[in-house]
Amino acid sequence: MSSAQIEIQLIASLVAIACAIPGTFLVLRKMALISDAISHSILPGLVLGFFITHDLGSPLLIVMAAISGVVTVVLVEFIQKTRLVKEDTAIGLVFPALFSIGVILIAKNANDVHLDTDVVLLGELAFAPFDRFLINGFDLGPKSLWIIGTILLISITLLIAFFKELKISTFDVGLATALGFSPVIIHYGLMSVASVTIVGAFDAVGAILVVALMIAPAATAYLLTDNLKRMLVLSVFFGVFAAIAGYWFAHWLDASISGSMTTVLGIIFLFVYLFAPKRGLISVLYRNKQQQVEVSLLTFLLHLNNHKEVNERHINHLHEHINWRRVQSKSVVDLALKNNMITIDDSIISLTEKGKNFTDKAIDYIITNDDSKIESIKEDFFLFRG
Amino acid sequence: MRTITLGTAILGSICGMLGSFAVLRKQSLLGDAISHAALPGIAIAFLITGTKETNVLLIGALISGLLGAFWIRGITKRTHLKSDTALGLILSIFFGFGMLLLTYIQKQPNANQSGLDKFLFGQAATLLSRDVWFMASVTFVCLCVLLLFWKEFKILLFDADYAKTLGFNTKFIDILITSFIVLAIVLGLQTVGVVLMSAMLLAPAAAARQWTNSLGVMVVLAAIFGATSGVLGTAISASQNNLSTGPVIVLVAAVFVIFSFIFSPSRGLLFRQIRFIQNRKDLELHKTLAFMFEIAQDHENISHPHAVKILNNFHGFTRKTLGKLEAKEYISVKGQMWSMTPKGYHFAANLYNQQTNEDE
Repeated sequence: MSSAQIEIQLIASLVAIACAIPGTFLVLRKMALISDAISHSILPGLVLGFFITHDLGSPLLIVMAAISGVVTVVLVEFIQKTRLVKEDTAIGLVFPALFSIGVILIAKNANDVHLDTDVVLLGELAFAPFDRFLINGFDLGPKSLWIIGTILLISITLLIAFFKELKISTFDVGLATALGFSPVIIHYGLMSVASVTIVGAFDAVGAILVVALMIAPAATAYLLTDNLKRMLVLSVFFGVFAAIAGYWFAHWLDASISGSMTTVLGIIFLFVYLFAPKRGLISVLYRNKQQQVEVSLLTFLLHLNNHKEVNERHINHLHEHINWRRVQSKSVVDLALKNNMITIDDSIISLTEKGKNFTDKAIDYIITNDDSKIESIKEDFFLFRG
Repeated sequence: MRTITLGTAILGSICGMLGSFAVLRKQSLLGDAISHAALPGIAIAFLITGTKETNVLLIGALISGLLGAFWIRGITKRTHLKSDTALGLILSIFFGFGMLLLTYIQKQPNANQSGLDKFLFGQAATLLSRDVWFMASVTFVCLCVLLLFWKEFKILLFDADYAKTLGFNTKFIDILITSFIVLAIVLGLQTVGVVLMSAMLLAPAAAARQWTNSLGVMVVLAAIFGATSGVLGTAISASQNNLSTGPVIVLVAAVFVIFSFIFSPSRGLLFRQIRFIQNRKDLELHKTLAFMFEIAQDHENISHPHAVKILNNFHGFTRKTLGKLEAKEYISVKGQMWSMTPKGYHFAANLYNQQTNEDE
């Protein structure tokens, strides 16, 4: 590994961490798309900053871009407040308009400079190490490393200092207000941090990867845990993992680093989406199936309990009386039999003592609709699964 | 030039029509997500076939757009992630993957690859008359389906549960409408590009929404707005050098939106403010009248004249309000004296009763 490679991976990892922190809160606050909006609409800010300074490296560009990010948030909220359109429409209206202004400004005026819309969208991490931060000719490492490092430091400091406030205002705005924290200040604080992070990161990795790095690790972590701290740690981990794995993937394919980092993030998400222990698609489908069986069993037992007549309890008439298909009734009967809920006597089904007790409990629950009643039944259900 | 104008006009109208549904279904940003999600489809279609035939690439875009749309549905339905997260996730991941493929293609030795990135920002200039015909026929099919399933679309839009109880196959209608939205987006990719496609879909519909409360009128209006911004945008961008069509169309559409937000008679900000001020003035007027009523009550003859001066310790009146009250024949003013008319007395007596009655 050459030093440039190490530097690229370092920058990518720092960007991933810096994005994951505000990203987690954006996902939890259901404002994930604000990051998309900001990442697009900082373009006019960048262009205006460039017109003022005529220097792509000037810090004014970052300031202007961050301001136009905050302006986006304010505009979106203003449109939402008029209640003329729904909130997502407000986002969808603001950022393409701002982005168009940026594109037109570039096309009209900055034709011959290195301010290309492709670079804006994609960034180019591979060139990051060539832009050195020099003081009196002394090489201090790549510039973007310093920029993103500073941003990361600031956002970690803010995170630690205001963790409690952030947490409360994210999960319970009412309580936060009652306790005397201003949710508005926290909101705009978070938006400013997100805005600055996006600007800083986007220089290195481009507009779209910033969005991916903000949302994807947080969303993946959210599928795995309910604990805010653990979610932060997990999303940082996913971000860094994607940064490093993505770099080598791009190296191998000889393609865009930011693109391959996003792809790795996508693969991680897909994996977690399918296989997460509680929230994953497979376990959700499995649970749905099981609940279906449980409800069928309950219906079946209630039916038996309600009918003393022999013909209603004949094994071959079940599918007629409860309106089930033959296969389903057979599997339900088998399940009940296995749990000693019923006995079959000459093709006539009757409830056992255990089945009777269970059904009574269930009826009790249905009549009173009292949740504490069902707790013990839940445990019984748990037994069937074994 | 005529082809391009026609193309953008058709595109604007189909986007306006279908965008109305997206906006009303609170799926405004679905367009954004899908247009980004279409990118890997374009790249993969190119990798497989090796042609730059627009239709082939658009089929790839359609497939990956649909894939993205249904994955978004899956995420929001099956997990506790909210729709904004799902949209942002699919958008960025698919787009990133698409960019990976595009850069990979660019590094390939075969020389045929350039020009795929026109789908990023769109180049209306590359529209051929064949493309326009294709767009026109798709729009026609869209229109037919829209008319055919109008009732179903409408009911699903406003009351999905009711639609279900009536026995409509809501899932099918839902998929149908989402597919058409994806189709419209894919059609627009070549003209306005991935990034700005969502505005094409949203802006005309959001503008049309301000002028009407009827779905039919809204769809027609949105189509007109879309087509107009297409034509105007093309004209403006053609009149100057270095102006790409896509962004200009989006900005024209944005102007429509701003105009509608401000000047729409029933919902617009301007008229809302005017109504607000008017209501406040009415209240002041009523306050003055109620005060006069209290004075008049103390006298046997309700039309007994009083000095205007008595009103002085009460701030809710000006000469103008007195004039207004006189114009409504509630009072008559003679010199420095005013007196209540029977009509004004009656109105003032019932002023607050009416309100309490309404409240009950």
